[in-house]
Amino acid sequence: MSLRVAVLDYEMSNLRSAAKALERQGASVTVARRPDEIGEVDAVVLPGDGHFGEAMRRLRSSGLADAVRAASDRGTPVLGICIGLQVLFDSSDEAPEEAGLGLIPGVVRRLDDTAKVPHIGWSHVSFGDRCPIAPPTADPAFYFLHGYAVVPSDDADVWATAHHGRGDFCAVAGRGHVMGVQFHPEKSSDAGLALLERWMAHVGTEVHA
Amino acid sequence: MIRVIPCLDVKDGRVVKGVNFVGLRDAGDPVELASRYDREGADEIVFLDITASHEQRATIVELARHTAEEVFIPFTIGGGLRTEEDVRVVLAAGADKVSINSAAVREPALIDRCASHFGSQCIVVAIDAKRRPDGGWEVFLNGGRLPTGREAVEWAREAADRGAGELLVTSMDRDGTKDGFDTELLSAIVDSVNVPIIASGGAGTLAHFAEAAKDGRADAVLAASVFHDGVFSIAQVKEAMADAGVSVRR
Repeated sequence: MSLRVAVLDYEMSNLRSAAKALERQGASVTVARRPDEIGEVDAVVLPGDGHFGEAMRRLRSSGLADAVRAASDRGTPVLGICIGLQVLFDSSDEAPEEAGLGLIPGVVRRLDDTAKVPHIGWSHVSFGDRCPIAPPTADPAFYFLHGYAVVPSDDADVWATAHHGRGDFCAVAGRGHVMGVQFHPEKSSDAGLALLERWMAHVGTEVHA
Repeated sequence: MIRVIPCLDVKDGRVVKGVNFVGLRDAGDPVELASRYDREGADEIVFLDITASHEQRATIVELARHTAEEVFIPFTIGGGLRTEEDVRVVLAAGADKVSINSAAVREPALIDRCASHFGSQCIVVAIDAKRRPDGGWEVFLNGGRLPTGREAVEWAREAADRGAGELLVTSMDRDGTKDGFDTELLSAIVDSVNVPIIASGGAGTLAHFAEAAKDGRADAVLAASVFHDGVFSIAQVKEAMADAGVSVRR
């Protein structure tokens, strides 16, 4: 049976590519706009890019924020992409007045501006041993499009890093069944599609365990 | 890594200025061409819509939707986006970035509004610049026909300050000449802003691409005809850039 994935539509664009990329890897995708649409799925994906404050306001007003938290509490795997990763955290410098979903402890900070911000383009990602969706071979490049990056409170939640400016930032964060990627796998050509395939395989083993 | 970006001109949903690839089913289909460029190793695609009718928005949205479903590298749509609502619908249809040009010059506050609603990372401001006889560069509109009196480097700085996340800088002196990018223009703008710069206008030889990155310090290089006419492949350009010491994705 194919993996049932809810891709959340909170009007932060980029939804179509993420949904299509997952379908291409064999997922059965539901585009979810209402909380009841994520009740019966194997996994939840928060796609998108954009502004943290806008994203959280839309997640909250649609009821999807509570629904994602509830799904996570039930043990449903969650994958955030770009802004979808950032909203998993407690708060962001981009919109200090808006609380995040708080599924991974930590904050979102503006990127080091000793290099150009926003960070736009392809960068190599170094995956740590803990990351269950790391590529089997050498570190490939993925496409980034962001001005902010997550800073997990617990270093153990940093699953991969990439370089920008004077240092490295967190490119993949995770805690148990909740994880997120700062880059756009749905825009990272073959390397990105392969990563989504590994995530689906990983989630499939958890779901059917 | 420096990005290599083919630019496709689109009119009424079809690619104009034919693309000379072997084995294309439909040389005018923007989505098929974009997929082909993805397989060849392009890092992004830019679509420049030159439809002049009132149908424009509908065709541009259709283009964004189809491309987002079929092409798994980022793409930018520019041309004729005038309002915040134009930008919203194109992004909602699946474009990763939008490029605004004349509308931003006419109403600079449009940049602020778009950046605050959609995030700077998806707002590209395109600047068409022409050398002034007495030094510096002037911003032109309407494909180089309409002078604005605005200094290009100054405008670049203002656009970035207002929230443009990236600048697409086209030298109108070099566009179509194949004489190479205007690296002085590029580096003058690079020195005044802290956002990525896409170099455009003048690509004619393989060496030109590395020059834009090394002398112009551009973050991305864009070309149209040399790719579409089959003069170079994306891979050849990347190989030449790598040989010149420029980091590219391969």
